[in-house]
Amino acid sequence: MTKTHVTTSINGEPVEFLCEPGDTLLNVLRNELQMTGTKEGCGSGDCGACSVTVDGRLVCSCLVLGVEAQGAEIGTVEGIESKDKLHTIQQKFLEHAALQCGICTPGLIVSTKALLEENPNPTEEEARYYLAGNLCRCTGYDKIIRAVMDSAEVMRGEA
Amino acid sequence: MATVIFSSELQRFTGEEKTSVSSTNYRDLLVELLARYHRLPEDELQKMAVAIDGEIIHDPFLETVKPDSEVHFLFRISGG
Amino acid sequence: MSEAREFKYIGQRTIRPDGYDKVTGRANYGADLSLPGMIWGKILRSPYAHARILNIDTSKAEAHPDVMAVATYQDFPHVSSETFQGGEAPTDLLDLAKNILADDKVLYHGHAIAAIAARTESAAEAALSLIKIDYEVLPPVMDVADAMKPESPVLHDDMFTQGLEETPDTPSNIASRMELKKGDIEAGFAQAEVVVERDYYTPTVHQGYIEPHATTVSIDEDGQAMVWCSTQGHFDVRASTAKLLNMELGKIKVVAAEIGGGFGGKTTVYLEPVALILSKKSGRPVKMIMTRDEVFRASGPGSATRSRVKIGAKKDGTITAMQAKLCFEAGGFKGSPMGPGCMTVFTPYDVENMYIEGYDVVVNKPKVAAYRAPGAPQAEFAAEMALNELADKLGIDPIEFRLKNAARKGTQTVYGPKLKAVGLVECLEAAKNSPHYKAALGENQGRGLAAGFWFNIGGQSSVIINMNPDGTGTIIEGSPDIGGSRASMQLMAAETLGIPASNLRPVVADTEHLAYNQTTGGSRTTFATGMAVIEAAQDVVNQLKERAAAVWNVTSEQVEWVDGVAINTAGEEKLTAAEICKGAERTGGQISGTANINARGAGPSFAVHICDVEVDKETGKVDVVRYTAIQDAGKAIHPSYVEGQYQGGASQGIGWALNEEYIYNEDGIMENAGFLDYRIPLASDLPMIDTVIVEVPNPFHPFGVRGVGETGIVPPLAAVATAVSNAIGVRMTDLPCSPPRVLKAIQDAG
Repeated sequence: MTKTHVTTSINGEPVEFLCEPGDTLLNVLRNELQMTGTKEGCGSGDCGACSVTVDGRLVCSCLVLGVEAQGAEIGTVEGIESKDKLHTIQQKFLEHAALQCGICTPGLIVSTKALLEENPNPTEEEARYYLAGNLCRCTGYDKIIRAVMDSAEVMRGEA
Repeated sequence: MATVIFSSELQRFTGEEKTSVSSTNYRDLLVELLARYHRLPEDELQKMAVAIDGEIIHDPFLETVKPDSEVHFLFRISGG
Repeated sequence: MSEAREFKYIGQRTIRPDGYDKVTGRANYGADLSLPGMIWGKILRSPYAHARILNIDTSKAEAHPDVMAVATYQDFPHVSSETFQGGEAPTDLLDLAKNILADDKVLYHGHAIAAIAARTESAAEAALSLIKIDYEVLPPVMDVADAMKPESPVLHDDMFTQGLEETPDTPSNIASRMELKKGDIEAGFAQAEVVVERDYYTPTVHQGYIEPHATTVSIDEDGQAMVWCSTQGHFDVRASTAKLLNMELGKIKVVAAEIGGGFGGKTTVYLEPVALILSKKSGRPVKMIMTRDEVFRASGPGSATRSRVKIGAKKDGTITAMQAKLCFEAGGFKGSPMGPGCMTVFTPYDVENMYIEGYDVVVNKPKVAAYRAPGAPQAEFAAEMALNELADKLGIDPIEFRLKNAARKGTQTVYGPKLKAVGLVECLEAAKNSPHYKAALGENQGRGLAAGFWFNIGGQSSVIINMNPDGTGTIIEGSPDIGGSRASMQLMAAETLGIPASNLRPVVADTEHLAYNQTTGGSRTTFATGMAVIEAAQDVVNQLKERAAAVWNVTSEQVEWVDGVAINTAGEEKLTAAEICKGAERTGGQISGTANINARGAGPSFAVHICDVEVDKETGKVDVVRYTAIQDAGKAIHPSYVEGQYQGGASQGIGWALNEEYIYNEDGIMENAGFLDYRIPLASDLPMIDTVIVEVPNPFHPFGVRGVGETGIVPPLAAVATAVSNAIGVRMTDLPCSPPRVLKAIQDAG
């Protein structure tokens, strides 16, 4: 098989890579580009640990082909903070102890950012349903939702 | 004399529920029990934890036993 | 020993020091390490639930240009059946080896048989089909009740039930039987005026950690191996791997990656020894990652159980007799948590007459591993359900019923010793006074309450604290950080040293940097590793005092240590920790404190949970609408992470009660081996989980700490199932209370 050359933009920076036609974006990020922040929990789109955005749309990168990144703008957890300053969402996750083992955290942070861009003032129920695709086994979601609601409040204030 | 109380599991080998021992430490206690009850399985006993006066001790090798102590043998607990 | 004393650092909700790496994706987990020249390993797994292996032919695979190494059971050096402490519980070495790569039999669908290493993941996967295996397919045994029947197919020809009066001479699937008793059970039931006797069922469940098992290994020309893996206990990975591969401990370095969940499921080894064999044979580093499918089918789920519980009480609510028969599924090899199940089942109650019988039974399912308070959720589910039914029959409030019979300090347990100070009564009182318990219920809603107990353990921990010349320090400890323990180590060291927590950096070191540390599990980390941290910090304090004494020309007895400052009681001078460290070179060299301990005196943790559910009677769907988790922490070092354990345990227990189960077809093949159909709770399934931290200090820990990680999964099973029963007016006895089961219960009753 000959590899396909892909030109894309990840977290605002131009990136080129080679991949097999059947490689997932998740695989490319982790193995070709050494961007291991995006995690694999299931490989079948059921857990959300691999959440990224493609042209602003929240997706499971295990369900996206690497070649689909051609010409698109990809957003991963590595691009959430600016320089060395944490994003409000990341700060709130820490303050609320919204992570225990942390494996679901990158996916949740990407998803939370997408949620709050779409809906800056979600109700608790809206937040829970939006994030239902991000599985967490450690926390029972309580502190995660508190971090999300707190982030939303702060971000509305900053806006 | 300290008292060793046997679980129903161990009672199959000792034939009785409890016994008094003169030993003042775990190692002597083991020797005393094994001498008294020939059917007690030595290697099984050595793998067990003991509770001395309510405190569960997984590695009792160096433990001392007071004259009024109560000693139980139990399975080592792990966890998840 | 703590009374209600004021702490300067303990109890603060600090930011965990490893948090920045975790919210940015920088933290490195099991699958995140790649090495130059690395190749990939994949495992060939049994397509049958039960079969004899007649022949394995790897020749075509070995000849393929893409294949760089092949491994089978034959690659293990001679392994004999010996019991060794290779993980959380004593392990049979032979069983462990045969589970990792099957020998002459496959015992569950997905059982590993051979492994291939190739340049790419896909090449390794493709090459698996080149291995030819001849099987003699055997009928699968898929339920403990069937497995215990005399006519059942037998999994192991050499399994003769242990623990009976006479060891049988025909093999069976019953690995062992255990019995615990106190008092006179028949007399106890004779005194009873009301009796409840019921059968209960809990299914096979998985710990459900989001991170699959993963490892990257390498081995050099001198046989020096490096294992990077996702594990709860890297020292035990070293021990198991060394035993299996006949290597010296000093030849294996194990590095604990950050771990993406374990809950007991990562206290053993699956991939690591295989990866090392492949690495040795190929001369290359090898990476192996389980797919989610493999995690479900071939790691170590939690035991399914069938239990019968019988409890008798007087009309005034005094329990006179408690009896249980607990049958635990071990999976393909012996070793379920039947023992702890028997020991915990009735321990929350001070009752004179108890009789408990337990069975450890093999079935054609993956060999079970520990799952958070192993054995206790299943056993105590049955007990708590029966107790709630009995309370109903007696017309007594379930909290009052439990208060009347509650275990407390001095209660004789059925497994022998009397309990020391414990907090069950305090938890029950907190439940009674909680706003939740007083709140009214709506239509189609029901409330359930249950208690829970777990022993917690101590064990070996090794810690070094190195002080830097500027007075900051590094805490080197060996407990993989599953849930924020680094933050607690920081706080305990800070409290002992009297210097700010932010001046102390906790590091989880690999096996080459510390003496043996027992696995992170058994709710031991804050208790035992904490104790070692405190002792090492105290060692530092002693040395700091000695240095100050040397500077002032007094004895160290004349130096007091207060809030991080040495005070000369024979004079007036003071020296801060930073000042003493700055001058360390002149006063004898750098300052390090160490502690290698075998911690004892772990305090048990009791819990009481309250659950409200609402049931849709047309679909059988159950919503948890309110939940309160009350548990005794002894002393909460970092309250947020204690609350986190309560909420996490509750969430797993809710999943166990409402949705989670392994669904098998008639060939013994799991049909729902993915997160879509093995349904763990989602954010949209749960309400906020209220927590109450009760603190009855553990007298054996300097700060009063009790382990909290495990007990929290015990009460939810009965709390939820009782709530469902109350909502629909039908007593549920089998888990999970999934929509089809709830609907059937409603329809059968109506």
